Amino acid sequence: MAIDAATVKKVARLARIAEPDDKLEPLARELSGILDWIEQLNEVDTDGVAPMTSAVAASLPMRDDVVTDGGDPAKVLANAPKTERGFFVVPKVVE
Amino acid sequence: MSELTELTLKDALDGLAAGRFSSEELTRAHVEAMEAARELNAYVLETPERALEMAKASDGRRARGEAGRLDGAPLGIKDLFCTEGVRSTACSRILGNFTPTYESSVTANLWRDGAVMLGKLNMDEFAMGSSNETSAFGPVVNPWRIEGGNAKLTPGGSSGGSAAAVAAQLCLGATATDTGGSIRQPAAFTGTVGIKPTYGRCSRWGIVAFASSLDQAGPIARTVEDAAILLTSMAGHDPKDSTSLPVETPDFASFCGKSVKGLRVGIPKEYRVDGMPAEIEALWQQGINWLKDAGCEIVEVSLPHTKYALPAYYIVAPAEASSNLARYDGMRYGLRVDGANLTETYENTRAEGFGAEVKRRILIGTYVLSAGYYDAYYLKAQKVRRRIADDFDQAFEKVDALLTPTAPSAAFALGEKSDDPVAMYLNDIFTVTVNLAGLPGMSIPAGLDANGLPLGLQLIGKALDEGTLFSIGSAVEKAADFKARPQKWW
Repeated sequence: MAIDAATVKKVARLARIAEPDDKLEPLARELSGILDWIEQLNEVDTDGVAPMTSAVAASLPMRDDVVTDGGDPAKVLANAPKTERGFFVVPKVVE
Repeated sequence: MSELTELTLKDALDGLAAGRFSSEELTRAHVEAMEAARELNAYVLETPERALEMAKASDGRRARGEAGRLDGAPLGIKDLFCTEGVRSTACSRILGNFTPTYESSVTANLWRDGAVMLGKLNMDEFAMGSSNETSAFGPVVNPWRIEGGNAKLTPGGSSGGSAAAVAAQLCLGATATDTGGSIRQPAAFTGTVGIKPTYGRCSRWGIVAFASSLDQAGPIARTVEDAAILLTSMAGHDPKDSTSLPVETPDFASFCGKSVKGLRVGIPKEYRVDGMPAEIEALWQQGINWLKDAGCEIVEVSLPHTKYALPAYYIVAPAEASSNLARYDGMRYGLRVDGANLTETYENTRAEGFGAEVKRRILIGTYVLSAGYYDAYYLKAQKVRRRIADDFDQAFEKVDALLTPTAPSAAFALGEKSDDPVAMYLNDIFTVTVNLAGLPGMSIPAGLDANGLPLGLQLIGKALDEGTLFSIGSAVEKAADFKARPQKWW
């Protein structure tokens, strides 16, 4: 088995997804099944192969460093769960 | 006027131009069809008032001689596209009632050309799935049924709502997206035409991101020509997407019906997989014969790394997804589930907001990108991806296009594969290679299986050579003469 319950717990914490303890074991089995299947990639000889990082050969275009958008706080806040006086309201971050 | 929903997009546009009916009449017929088909669960949001308003505006433009390419044509929009002022959820609970204050570039292009929006179409949550069963709104039901049966079948995924709505004549055409096969597999399962264009043809701006190096928009339609008309409007360079290609969009419809004589079509031998139903094998051979009859030269080619495409995809796509979906933190939009502190609020929000398959992929993605595993998984997958792209480059030195089956089976029953993630992933075995290489791929309905369910053939083209796919695609369409439609039971 590629990963165990403790690893799932760690990864879920990294991904910021609360997973109850009783779900960790089944998840570990499920994810291990997928990762075991992925292991077949090791059969491929990739020595000296450059990793493919983009589906297009084109280089990224540059644009002038000028403001092109903005100045519309109402639109930015329109879908916020909680706002106050033109700001997002979020839980306390600093004690 | 139910006969108006039976028209192809091309015939509807001709009828509008000739004044045989108005966009208002055409749109009303589709609104009625949409409202009468709720059992299919294809639409997650109907926008009839907006549709009729857009239709009236279109009739006004036409009267003034200002009609655009798609003027007055009622379309369905996959819920992955942000539509200004209209709820867009990617069929995830985490987006809640998210109502964009902006319009995606692809849909903006459609409205620029005069199209009418009927509503938002169901899909797998964040486009992650092959059966539409991961949608927060429940699965779409395929309008097709096994002959003499009434079991509910999947329309495929992730663009299941788009494919079902087009097949059931609930719109003249639909937008869709394809990250690993999400346009082509549902098209094959519903007897419709779907094309995923070259990566970069369509702007990704305003489309909810899944895996950014693989995501690409395209149309689902009832004919090859309809798909060409839609793609011509949807595509185009967009400075707001840095991966959008700065190239001219040809009039794709002009390639339909062109002679394919002398074109070389490759048959990749690695697509003959174990356990493939004999009917699909036979249909593939039939397709080869059709193209031979049309004057194509058939060439056997080899794409040796084909079997590694799916496992490579299941590293690359979840890795990109885990990064893209980090934005759903409950702070700026969508669902927020409060906890005792900030971290707990994040964790609760994401636990409640994401469905099981999305969580599974985020966890896989987080794992393969985590310290100590990056080289073994992510870097390895990127190298294999290069191998797969190189395979295509070599094949395209010898041929103009490739012909393969679209999917390894016909539509299966809802629930049949939902307990086995890997079995579900194998649906994309023939389609996913194209996303990894950034190439265009098209599915064309080519026949029915013994149960009376549609099967599709896939054409794969060189980068930016969708034109050849439309030419060969219309040759396949003509030879197949696929006229079957689902019997209306809804």
